[in-house]
Amino acid sequence: MITAELPVTPAAPPPPALARRAWVEQVMGMPVSVHVRAVEPTRPDLEAGVARVFAHLRKVDEVLSTWRADSDLLRLQHGERDEAHAWVADVTELCLEAEDRTDGLFRAWRRRPEGRLAFDPTGLVKGWAVGGAAAHLDVVPEVSYSIGAGGDLVVGAGPGPSAAAPSWRIGIEDPRRPGAVARVLTVRRGGVATSGAAARGAHVVDPRTGLGITRSGSATVTGPELLWADVWATAAWVDPTRAERLMVQRDAAYSLLVV
Amino acid sequence: MRRITTWLLSTVSALVLLFSYHTSTDSGAAADVVAESDTGTTSGSGSSGRGSTAAAKTYTGDAVTTRFGDVQVRITVQNGKITDSEVTQVPWNDRKDQEINSYAVPILNSETVAAQSANIDMVSGATYTSQGYIGSLQSAIDRANL
Repeated sequence: MITAELPVTPAAPPPPALARRAWVEQVMGMPVSVHVRAVEPTRPDLEAGVARVFAHLRKVDEVLSTWRADSDLLRLQHGERDEAHAWVADVTELCLEAEDRTDGLFRAWRRRPEGRLAFDPTGLVKGWAVGGAAAHLDVVPEVSYSIGAGGDLVVGAGPGPSAAAPSWRIGIEDPRRPGAVARVLTVRRGGVATSGAAARGAHVVDPRTGLGITRSGSATVTGPELLWADVWATAAWVDPTRAERLMVQRDAAYSLLVV
Repeated sequence: MRRITTWLLSTVSALVLLFSYHTSTDSGAAADVVAESDTGTTSGSGSSGRGSTAAAKTYTGDAVTTRFGDVQVRITVQNGKITDSEVTQVPWNDRKDQEINSYAVPILNSETVAAQSANIDMVSGATYTSQGYIGSLQSAIDRANL
């Protein structure tokens, strides 16, 4: 009513309507979903960026899979070759750093049944890989994205005015009530990783005892990089109190949510 | 569809919970299953889905192989909302599986639809239990965003 009386002023243009588009591919043994918001999500440069995300993950799988006998990592471990992709060394160093940062709550060395220690970076590779893959969308202008990979995810945006990027609402699964969401986080940029035992325990091993963790619940960590969110989530699942104390000291940009 | 509520996927962990009590199913033998839900729906092999109004569309996720067998989920979308979801393929190899599934599937169906009311873009949760199941439903939902 009143607006009819007001002088017409050149108002700021309304924010452009963003359309949503999703891709999903099975890679690294899990479905990976890429969701984007953009004015025109059919743009070829955006599609090319998404293709590079998946290509990146496929390459990581070729190099670092512990399930594919032809991966660089396993061929190296089996003595079938002497050199490997530089990522093997990168990931090995990151695993050592993660062990150091978490005071051993995260460990990438597992004891085999016969007692021998074997290097298994799987617990770090996913977060590292998805975070690295997301970088391909950080350079695509005017797009906001969210990449989900088996319960861990990274959210970000490319350059441009949509740096005032829309936020994404992330539901944290309730580990005790299947089908329910325990919390909702709003994230514009960064990683969200959850570790725990939703319905079936013991996929994280306590490195101090060598035993699987069988209690119920979960630990979610959010922060700038999915890699470290993932490492801290694993550590916090092993020992929430200690991990949180270390995290505050050493990685203050990360925060823990225990469900 | 805007802001599709991918966290619905978490409902599939109901299935996982129930499946986790037995050990061996041969994924190759997953049959074309008739999953009976609360509402008496049956999932045939047709593609029309339940919603008979013009606006309803169904999206079928990829079958995902899990350690318990193959799982596939179909959702019906009407006016940008998920109005129904069905498991169209579940591991179904012996009597125990059937008991488990006939119990688990209605839970999945009703909770998925109920979950639509929350406006969630993605879900974060512990991986191990639900990744295969999540994959299938997520795939269906993602197709609604294509």
